[in-house]
Amino acid sequence: MDSLISLAFEKARLEKRPALLTYTVAGDNTKKISLNILKSLSKKVDICELGFPHNTPIADGGQIQTSAYRAIKNGIKIQNIFKLVEIYKKEKSAKPLILMGYYNIIYQYGENNFLNKCKKVGVNGIIVVDLPWPENKKFSNKCKKKGICYVQLISPTTSYNRCKKIIKDSHEMIYYISMLSTTGGKLKVSPKQILSNYKKIKKINPKKNCVIGFGITEKTIDKLKLADGLVVGSAICREITKSINKRQNPVTNVSKTVIRLKNKIL
Amino acid sequence: MRLKKKIPVIDQHDKFGMWGGKFGGNFVPETLKKPINDLEVLFTKLRNDKYFIQERDKYFKNWVGSPTRFIKLQNLSDYIGGAQIWAKVVSDANGGAHKIYNATVHCLLAKKAGKKFIVGDTGAGYAGKMLSMAAKKFGLKCKIFMGAKDIKRQQPNVRAMKRNGADVVPVYTGSQTLVDAVSECMRYWVANCDTTAMCVGSTVGPNIFVKICGWSTTQISRELKVQIKEEFGLIPKKLKLYNCVGGGSSSYGFWSEFIDYDKNHVELIGVEAGGPKKSKKHAAPLTYGSKIGILHGAAQYVNQNSEGQIEETESISAGLDYPGVSPLHCFLKDLKRVRYTAASDEDALKAYMLVTKFENLRPSLEPSHAFSVAIKESKNLNKNTIVVVNSCGDAHKDKNILKAKLGKKYGQFN
Repeated sequence: MDSLISLAFEKARLEKRPALLTYTVAGDNTKKISLNILKSLSKKVDICELGFPHNTPIADGGQIQTSAYRAIKNGIKIQNIFKLVEIYKKEKSAKPLILMGYYNIIYQYGENNFLNKCKKVGVNGIIVVDLPWPENKKFSNKCKKKGICYVQLISPTTSYNRCKKIIKDSHEMIYYISMLSTTGGKLKVSPKQILSNYKKIKKINPKKNCVIGFGITEKTIDKLKLADGLVVGSAICREITKSINKRQNPVTNVSKTVIRLKNKIL
Repeated sequence: MRLKKKIPVIDQHDKFGMWGGKFGGNFVPETLKKPINDLEVLFTKLRNDKYFIQERDKYFKNWVGSPTRFIKLQNLSDYIGGAQIWAKVVSDANGGAHKIYNATVHCLLAKKAGKKFIVGDTGAGYAGKMLSMAAKKFGLKCKIFMGAKDIKRQQPNVRAMKRNGADVVPVYTGSQTLVDAVSECMRYWVANCDTTAMCVGSTVGPNIFVKICGWSTTQISRELKVQIKEEFGLIPKKLKLYNCVGGGSSSYGFWSEFIDYDKNHVELIGVEAGGPKKSKKHAAPLTYGSKIGILHGAAQYVNQNSEGQIEETESISAGLDYPGVSPLHCFLKDLKRVRYTAASDEDALKAYMLVTKFENLRPSLEPSHAFSVAIKESKNLNKNTIVVVNSCGDAHKDKNILKAKLGKKYGQFN
């Protein structure tokens, strides 16, 4: 049976467009608002990435750091995050959900406990920023046994040979990091170059759904629409920050942003 | 888990870079895998290259200034009336602290790798100051990340970095201290690893950085071993080596040549920063039983809450103000080869006053922590016991803190 993540890509493919993925931080800026943001996103988005915040992130840029610190300050706990996912997944419009974060949070919770809980509340995939291949072999196998997709990351610095090995151990979705940057950096590589790297990865195994992330905004998204999927994170976190600063409703502002993003890739 | 003899501790890790199967490793974003691997290949090649070793030794001798002195603190010993107290005056080294060894080696490696830029983190400002000195010496452009709180309290070193032409970048996230500076530095490297080399300021971070730093600071114990033999004819029957432990670079370097000895023969004592007496916060993960967690790419004992969020630390000494500790020390602690303990801010200040009262030596607040415990324990030891404290930094950088805490006369430096 195909996983919900594969089906989401399949659906986008039938509509001749890339899948749209968003990243938001759980608990940003409150539990309730982040849940409402997820719900409102789901009307337009194909897959939701939900970050579990960490206070010493080594790969996130300013926007996502701000969101993460805000969520932690407002008291988000890992238990709350599971609860949030559980409620969200009961929604009719719920989309496949990928949890994303740093390994220490999983390590402290216990790998097995974490995965059991994920399975129970309906998490479909996991991205661990600082657990690269081959260090992640054991954990990604555990994920597979639970029917959860472990999303392997590939970067412009990944050699071709390493790429092949990573893809061999990957599940239904892989994530290509567009450039050397933390999240939310300005796109410093041409979309043409990014797509050319992307095609090399696709060639290794065309069956894998490969998404591109990092530096994707309303300005750049349409130039990359050949990809299987595109991830927008910092641009959304920035929208939340802006809304809070202007005392506007982040839920409506984020949905508007997502509608604009979606229209660019149709 | 056991210690292997005749193999440096830095090399006693498994294929995943872990010591004892549970400390260290490479918990890094995919982007850093390649630059880390490149550095591993380069370092493995060069450490076995006799010309590279000659080059390193040339700079250590003529530029860093080795050996640093090994002196008896006669007045202090007489006053305490117990063990003989000696100091290895590593603060003699060019720049005033042990950080110069690691900085020099990283700049040499960066040159060999054809890099033009080097970035580093700093807490007390010594790692940054030394990196800026070495970068200037070797013609590299240098950027230093430093917590905004540390910039305020370690101004003399900040000025030194700027004088050396380094760009000092204040870090305003989190607690605005070393932990945030290291995170920011790693983030910068993630975005610029194609053109830029990174120097991690201590024996922390991904495996290769632990190794390079430990390999560099080992110079301290190589010198000390020779000096002790010259002084006593052999390794004394009762030798105790005291060193402060923040990240753990000076202590690893101070002990590495002595780890193979039995602990009843050569005892190693690590002193962490216990923070202010009244505060619950501290920077002593080994002493106060912190749990294993992942910080800055490595598994280690680290101050954290039950959720895995890293906790803020507190210490008067910026150089020890770090929630984690080198995987090497976690390994040595679990093997019970080293005894780890802590000294409070107040203890360190008291020790500073005592040492400077009796001796012509000005240990910075970091080694003052080690002096505190060494002095306390020396009282109950006999004069055949040789106590050596690594005076790994000079107090000039602390003059404002000393003035504020101890009064005007302690803030006067020439």
